[in-house]
Amino acid sequence: MTTTPVSQQSLIPTNDPTAVTPRPRPGLRAVLRPLPVPGAWPRRLAAGAQAALPLAAALLVWYLLTANDVVLWLRFDKVPGPADVFDTLKGQLTSGSYYQDLLASLRRILLGFGLAAVSGVAIGMAIGRSRVVQALVRPLIEVARPIPAIALVPLAILMFPTGEQGIVFITFFAAFFPVAVSTIHAMKTLPKVWEEAARTMGARRLSVLAHVVLPGAMPGIFSGLSVSMGVAWICVISAEMISGQFGIGYYTWQSYGLLDYSGVVVGMLSIGILGWGTAWLVERLGSRVNRWLPRSAR
Amino acid sequence: MSAGAPVRLEGLRLAFGDMPAAEVDLDVRSGEIVVLLGPSGCGKSTILRALAGLLTPTAGRAEVDGKPVGGSNEACAMVFQEDALLPWRSAARNVEYALKLRGVPRGQRRQEAEELLAQVGLEGFFDHLPGQLSGGMRQRVQLARTLATRPRVMLMDEPFGALDAQTRSEMQQLLISVWRQYGTTILFVTHDVDEAMLLGDRIVLLSPRPAVVREIVDIRSPRRPGAQFEPEFARRRYEILASMGDAPPAELSPEGA
Repeated sequence: MTTTPVSQQSLIPTNDPTAVTPRPRPGLRAVLRPLPVPGAWPRRLAAGAQAALPLAAALLVWYLLTANDVVLWLRFDKVPGPADVFDTLKGQLTSGSYYQDLLASLRRILLGFGLAAVSGVAIGMAIGRSRVVQALVRPLIEVARPIPAIALVPLAILMFPTGEQGIVFITFFAAFFPVAVSTIHAMKTLPKVWEEAARTMGARRLSVLAHVVLPGAMPGIFSGLSVSMGVAWICVISAEMISGQFGIGYYTWQSYGLLDYSGVVVGMLSIGILGWGTAWLVERLGSRVNRWLPRSAR
Repeated sequence: MSAGAPVRLEGLRLAFGDMPAAEVDLDVRSGEIVVLLGPSGCGKSTILRALAGLLTPTAGRAEVDGKPVGGSNEACAMVFQEDALLPWRSAARNVEYALKLRGVPRGQRRQEAEELLAQVGLEGFFDHLPGQLSGGMRQRVQLARTLATRPRVMLMDEPFGALDAQTRSEMQQLLISVWRQYGTTILFVTHDVDEAMLLGDRIVLLSPRPAVVREIVDIRSPRRPGAQFEPEFARRRYEILASMGDAPPAELSPEGA
């Protein structure tokens, strides 16, 4: 996207006063490619400082509560303080197994979520656009949807050759429904005129799907993907706690078993940070794909 | 360039669900501009949609160039009233999609798209998204995109209905100059009598729903510049309004008759 310089705008061929200049989009383009905008770094630093402030406040409260062994109905006297947790974290950061756990969880998330994203969009589109598929598949989805993914653990252990595959499956199962359902809704709200225009220009089915329906549904699909990523983390961690070897959920549960409470907190915080990172990625990707949306709707 | 094709509607009957929408016989010569004029909601757009292959007639035939219309036919292209552009594609990329559908090789698309956009007066707006263009400019892009498919018949469904008076008049001039250059047949739907008289070789007056042809008005020396300022124009305009049952009382008519 380019911004038309003012000098060019005087050459507007029509006298149309309502033409809108493309608005600059600071920060949006910053992520997945190099930053072309000078002055973007100070802005991002300011944004970073803004995010750090409430986190620092929470840290301070945590420190005050634990350092003074506060017991106010809630008992903070046994809760590890920031210093203990920091020490444990330091120890973990120098041990290979911590990274192994992080990577194991990330891999499961990305596999499960990736499979769910692709199949959720494909099946959602098929249901949204075909009455036959809708009649055949929708009941299956509606029955399966209320089942908590974690309730599948026993069957997953029974059916899958390795625990690893079972965990990925559970993650996939949980992440699938938000994507599929939001895709189905996106199909229904797509303006008809886009597809009709393409058809009168000679577009066949596949071309309409690839160039009209899919890009037009992306805003809806991405709101499903955001929800789905959150659900995927909940399920991968729970599954790891029940049946995993490795993984940050497994580490957290194991620390609890060893009464290593600061280890538990290190695990929790690691999950929080990983989850935040993946959510941010989905968000960024979404705003790039959907940057044609008017700002209010984004 | 591809010249226009004749269009023939023979006992064409259309329905919206169970409601009859139109019943039309009409012959359009190739390269002619025929305006379908009728009260809003009378089913005139439905006739265009049938020709575009977006609606299956319940009876009768619609032929373009002697061949029955069906499915997605490349001979007819439609310009819609609302925003039919793909909002995530820039002006040039919207035109490029039409070129791709026509089978233009990838390497030539950009250049041809820019030529078409320049032709409709959009030089310098190639990379603007539809959301960054005004209503009139968006209709220019639609026109360029439609021309990109090299249509033999252009179906225009109140394409300037949502524009302000000045932009609308600019677009009408643009349409006439484009039509002179390409010689396509144009079926133009409107409910604006002035627009109909400025553009058409013939005006087909339609009744309220279900739309049937009430009368076909020939325009003598169509599209003559300044014609709208002559008394003859006002007289025809009155006649058309009267036959649509929409005229002021006779003592207010231009002739005072």
